[in-house]
Amino acid sequence: MKKTWYSYPYLVWMAIFIVVPFLLLLFYSFTASTDQGIVFTLDHVKRLWDPIYLMVLLRSINLALICTIICLIVGYPVSLILASKEYSSNKVLALLFVIPMWINFLLRTYAWMTLLEKDGLVYTILEFLHIPNTQLLYTDQAVVLGMVYNFLPFMVLPIYSVLTKMDKHIIEAAEDLGANYITVLRRIIIPLSLPGVISGITMVFMPAVTTFIISRLLGGGHYILVGNLIEQQFMVVGDWNFGSAISFVLMVVILISMGIMRKYDKEYEGGAIW
Amino acid sequence: MSEEPIIRLVNVSKDYDGTEALKNINLYIRKNEFLTLLGPSGCGKTTTLRIIAGFEQPDTGEVFFEGKNITNIPPYKRKVNTVFQRYALFPHMNVAENIAFGLTIKKMDKKTIDKKVAEMLELVNLKGFEKRYVDSLSGGQQQRVAIARALINEPEVLLLDEPLGALDLKLRKGMQIELKKIHKYLGITFVYVTHDQEEALTMSDTIVVMKDGTIQQIGTPEMIYNEPKNAFVADFIGESNIVPGRMIKDNLVYFAGREFKCVDGGFGDNEEVDVVVRPEDIKLVSEEQGMLQGKVESVTFKGVHYEMMVRSAGYEWMIHSTLMEPVGTRIGISILPNDIHIMKKVSTK
Ligand SMILES: Nc1ncnc2c1ncn2[C@@H]1O[C@H](COP(=O)(O)OP(=O)(O)OP(=O)(O)O)[C@@H](O)[C@H]1O
Ligand SMILES: [Mg+2]
Repeated sequence: MKKTWYSYPYLVWMAIFIVVPFLLLLFYSFTASTDQGIVFTLDHVKRLWDPIYLMVLLRSINLALICTIICLIVGYPVSLILASKEYSSNKVLALLFVIPMWINFLLRTYAWMTLLEKDGLVYTILEFLHIPNTQLLYTDQAVVLGMVYNFLPFMVLPIYSVLTKMDKHIIEAAEDLGANYITVLRRIIIPLSLPGVISGITMVFMPAVTTFIISRLLGGGHYILVGNLIEQQFMVVGDWNFGSAISFVLMVVILISMGIMRKYDKEYEGGAIW
Repeated sequence: MSEEPIIRLVNVSKDYDGTEALKNINLYIRKNEFLTLLGPSGCGKTTTLRIIAGFEQPDTGEVFFEGKNITNIPPYKRKVNTVFQRYALFPHMNVAENIAFGLTIKKMDKKTIDKKVAEMLELVNLKGFEKRYVDSLSGGQQQRVAIARALINEPEVLLLDEPLGALDLKLRKGMQIELKKIHKYLGITFVYVTHDQEEALTMSDTIVVMKDGTIQQIGTPEMIYNEPKNAFVADFIGESNIVPGRMIKDNLVYFAGREFKCVDGGFGDNEEVDVVVRPEDIKLVSEEQGMLQGKVESVTFKGVHYEMMVRSAGYEWMIHSTLMEPVGTRIGISILPNDIHIMKKVSTK
């Protein structure tokens, strides 16, 4: 690949904001300052091998998976509708879907807090329907709800974009050969949109597994996900080594899951976005 | 003919937000014929085809299939299949899976499907390509897959939208021959779209000349050529020499008292045909070198070229050439195989 001068700012950017932080992360993860100076150690990573921390990691992965699955189940039909003939000429619906993304992430999550809190809107409606005294805020469900709400567009947009780029004649050809809508969906549209689905899954799973704001606000202070754990190590405890080690392990987990997805994706023609 | 037409379009109009793509079309398509929709770009050929296939609903008018009104029947329930201009093969399936698609939907058992796929591959000359993915095929091969994929469903009517449009001239010629062979072999109705008058003339039983969403003329190639209804049709079809001839075998034709190599085929051996040669495709050579010998009868200067009438082998040949031979000269004429166009003879009633 030929490098030209206009790629240098980008290379510098990458060096400063990706390579250097990553090296620092590696450095903190695997070193300790002792009396003999700085030495290599696996202690920080090993420390994570404690049921308490493993539980946190597992719970994070579990919630992120649930969130990703819900996003997929909700997001795929939404993408289909947005990309359908009736709406594709009319961008309003797609716009309506994107507009919430223009609102600050924190504001959106705070908004959910007021909706879900005791005597909040949802609570009142449930009470009106004679389902009183439901604890809504500070539950698993609230955290998943917040994640799904915030990350759903990341599922919808890649799928939507693959669907709108799909050659309409291919779908017509399938109909022409006798396939009704369900069959076209099952045998043509879904297989051909897999690259979008895989991008969507990646783009939802990654932020979901690392989030700490949503779990802090909607899960309450006592609710710890791996994102919170990392944040705590850096901001509260001040143990940069352990914080880095957790980040490193999390990164490995994400890379492995990416690898699995990617291998699966390769069987179809790829076009995903990493 | 008293036989019920297989497809009938009655007063069909179609409007795309302001553009009138079709204006009150009435069309009968007879069973087993090779009908060509011919016309310049944007005249509504594709729209007509899409209305027959069911992808488009006419704004007014009705579509009948074997006498039944199918105007509101969705495409997947119609007994027609389409070969799309851009092939529209399924990129995530291999050749065999593409071809088998229609049959797997009908839940046919695997053995029958495999057998039929093999037959189809044989028919379109693609044996051994079963496992290939479609994007690894050449344009011509993809086109054959598209044809096989449509034909395996044994449609009553095959719709083809400029199926050879993306191919180079040589491949095009070859595919024309193959398509004609297939048409003859299967004995089903073909509705063919093209904007190439030569292709229409050489392949069709019936030509429908269209312009701006209206039908200008419907007739056999000979009728369209010899008796164009209006200046548009005459201009669109162009000037040519037509002489009677006989196909000796594929790529060999007899006319004007001798045999000529040609690039057409798909006719019966010794079938009576009409041979079309464009005036600009006849080369003037010396008498000894000529395939035919004759005498120049008249010369007219036409601006860029001369138009000469040459009497030879009992016919008047119209020749366009930038070189002039004076009236009365004895000359030879030569015609390249590529320039000899074979037309199906109209049954003389
Ligand atoms: N989906 C559509 N939306 C709007 N206008 C259309 C649409 N499809 C076709 N048209 C218009 O209808 C007219 C007829 O189009 P059609 O595709 O039938 O032409 P065609 O004869 O097939 O031309 P070509 O030889 O270029 O394929 C054209 O003016 C075209 O612009
Ligand atoms: Mg067209």
